[in-house]
Amino acid sequence: MELSTVWFVIIAVLWTGYFVLEGFDFGVGMLLPVLGRGKDAELTEKRRRVMINTIGPVWDGNEVWVITAAGAMFAAFPHWYATMFSAFYLPLLLILVALIVRALGIDYRPKRDEPQWRRNCDLAITFGSTVPAFVWGLAFTSVVRGLPINADKDFTGSLLDLFHPVAILGGLVTVALFLTHGALFIALKTMGPISDDARRVAARTGVVAAVLALALLVLLGTSNGNAASWGTSVLAAAALVGSLVANSRDRNGWAFLGTFVTIALAVVTYFLMLFPNVMPSSTNPAWSLTTENASSTDYTLTIMTWVAVVFTPVVLLYQSWTYWIFRKRIGVQHLPAQSSH
Amino acid sequence: MDNLDLARWQFAITTVYHFLFVPVTIGLSAVVAWYHSAWVRKRNPDDLRLAKFFGKLFTINFALGLVTGLVQEFQFGMNWSSYSRFVGDIFGAPLALEALLAFFLESTFLGLWIFGWGRLPEKLHAACMWIVHIGTLLSAYFILAANSFMQNPVGWRFNPDTGRAELTDFMAVLTNKVQLVTFPHIVTAAYMVGGATVMAVTLWHLRRRDVGADAPMYRRSARLGAVVTLVAAMGVGLTGDIQGKIMTDVQPMKMAAAEALYETSDGHAPFSLLTIGSLNGQEEKFAITVPSLLSFLATGHFDGTVQGINDLKKEYAQKYGEAGNPMTRDATYTPNIPLAYWSFRLMIGVGMSAALIALVVLWVTRGDRIPRARWWHWVLMATPLLPLFGNSFGWIFTEIGRQPWLVFGVYTTESGVSPSVSAGDVLTSMVVYTVLYGALAVIEVKLFLKYVRAGAQPFEEPPKPDHHDDEDAELAFAY
Repeated sequence: MELSTVWFVIIAVLWTGYFVLEGFDFGVGMLLPVLGRGKDAELTEKRRRVMINTIGPVWDGNEVWVITAAGAMFAAFPHWYATMFSAFYLPLLLILVALIVRALGIDYRPKRDEPQWRRNCDLAITFGSTVPAFVWGLAFTSVVRGLPINADKDFTGSLLDLFHPVAILGGLVTVALFLTHGALFIALKTMGPISDDARRVAARTGVVAAVLALALLVLLGTSNGNAASWGTSVLAAAALVGSLVANSRDRNGWAFLGTFVTIALAVVTYFLMLFPNVMPSSTNPAWSLTTENASSTDYTLTIMTWVAVVFTPVVLLYQSWTYWIFRKRIGVQHLPAQSSH
Repeated sequence: MDNLDLARWQFAITTVYHFLFVPVTIGLSAVVAWYHSAWVRKRNPDDLRLAKFFGKLFTINFALGLVTGLVQEFQFGMNWSSYSRFVGDIFGAPLALEALLAFFLESTFLGLWIFGWGRLPEKLHAACMWIVHIGTLLSAYFILAANSFMQNPVGWRFNPDTGRAELTDFMAVLTNKVQLVTFPHIVTAAYMVGGATVMAVTLWHLRRRDVGADAPMYRRSARLGAVVTLVAAMGVGLTGDIQGKIMTDVQPMKMAAAEALYETSDGHAPFSLLTIGSLNGQEEKFAITVPSLLSFLATGHFDGTVQGINDLKKEYAQKYGEAGNPMTRDATYTPNIPLAYWSFRLMIGVGMSAALIALVVLWVTRGDRIPRARWWHWVLMATPLLPLFGNSFGWIFTEIGRQPWLVFGVYTTESGVSPSVSAGDVLTSMVVYTVLYGALAVIEVKLFLKYVRAGAQPFEEPPKPDHHDDEDAELAFAY
């Protein structure tokens, strides 16, 4: 296999890692006002704290996957990184603002014991989770569909080109998928009423996600699909259905694994639709960025391959260990009266 | 302003802002790890109290460092896409390595450290913060390797077929002579910030009327902070001196700009401490100078020759203008002289004044003395900011002094901007960042000061690692 193809696969793995992990962080954040609601202010606050504590120790490490994915694109496919990041200028700005306020919302929330402060932080978390969930879906769908790109590999379109109806549908799919993923994560990591409520929410958002995803995969599949991508699409759909079945039978672990696999296969599907392009040009197919014409030299790719092969498993190992350390379910009864900080 | 100016301003604003949090992160992670493992070894309750106290300050600061770093990484592609294409083969690798080798370590193990109480064996728990610290150092190493390439490109070649720079020797990039001296310079400068923060915060508490039985703890910490500041300052000075000579060798224009030296000096070039009047080399000016010092800083000899701006301009115009290609042509080949001149002096003056304060602190806290004068309050408020701003001025100097180059001698800044991004887009993002960063600065500083004022909390025996074996046990740490 060509080194540039190897790196196409590695980039796909990194984005997959990002979406399956940060996907549930986003879901938890989006569900804060939905699941974080009790019969009185005290219970509301406790439920929100339980939710935030499920992702508390891990969300930051999950977010590093996007930094690594972007860095790896820069190193392995400088043209892909340059074209994509300058084309999605304002959407990426929106994502950055969202990720900034979300991070501070999570970290700073417990550091002041004032209701108004917590409300502001909750708003930051929910906004900061919803926006990237939508915009990432929109951006990657746009990339797969193709964008106006000239012979110099520069984007020549406008903001409107990025908001094609199919791309918007792509954004809605990621929102619905991450909502379901996050709800199932809460169902798995908590106990008591909040876990049951999360299951019920997942059952509903899961159906919405399934319908929207089906529409998207058919629309995108007919224009950009190939045999392999149809195969993974079907598998992704099956995993989502399996997840919903498991959820209805209260098998939290299997249900969560189901959306985990669904999201992973969805990312794989997108990358299969792209290959061997990395950013198709809708202006002239000959101007498309491909794994060949967008990549770094073999020398750079060789070094990067060694580093990735040695260190990615190490990262996976210690990140998995973190999840093991924090494996216990938590409920409102486990919370200390005061937030630690 | 066109989008070149806007993109440059944006990079300046977001980088200087980001780098306010970086030295604190590097410095304080070492402080927290130090106190935490001291507690594990010696069981002095004060050490655990201080570990938790500085741990809180550390996490408040870390959050902002992380998210503003994300802006930095995205910015290359967003505002500088031509540069990213040109240099990605070389420049991207250290960035990817930084994420894979450093950021994962930092973020994952910080999560473990924050939430690890009652879950991790105590030695492992303390080790988590050391791993975070190692992560910060690795991160610094890789990003500085990338920056050093821009100051002194090595291990590369130009490929005329693709019009791009290509990596030929990765080890050469990682062991660039500029990098090998910049890394210790930056790390010791960060330790200065860490030391000065510890010193100022604990001395502030020591001076409180109600300090009571905590006085020995705060005194010990203030003195440790002062020692760290002093030792780190020596490291900063030493590495800075070596850096000056390497800089003169690889970027002579930067050294000339640092002194606003227009005419080449054939030896015993003086160094001016300050200048009143214009720095454009045309008019008479008043300056306080130290004889031969510039020669020494630049060459290591008091009679060394230092090239002036005018000669270098001619040399560069010939070397890069006439013989070069479109990516190396520039009208001036001269950086902003007053900015380079003053940022160089402020870096040294502001930064090193913290060392002076540290010396005085060691003197006034000897025995069981406590400095009582009212003005100490104001000195202590400013103390952590001095080395911090020293860091900022250092970066402003080294980046301004490199202009008009993005990659020295290879690629001008003008060539690097994104052609597909409009000035309106850049302006929009600049307004957004400025407003957002301004608001966050207010929130962060208020929160930081709240926890500084609260001081070290009373000692509590930390829960054992089997704490959560009991299904109903309250979480030892929860948001």
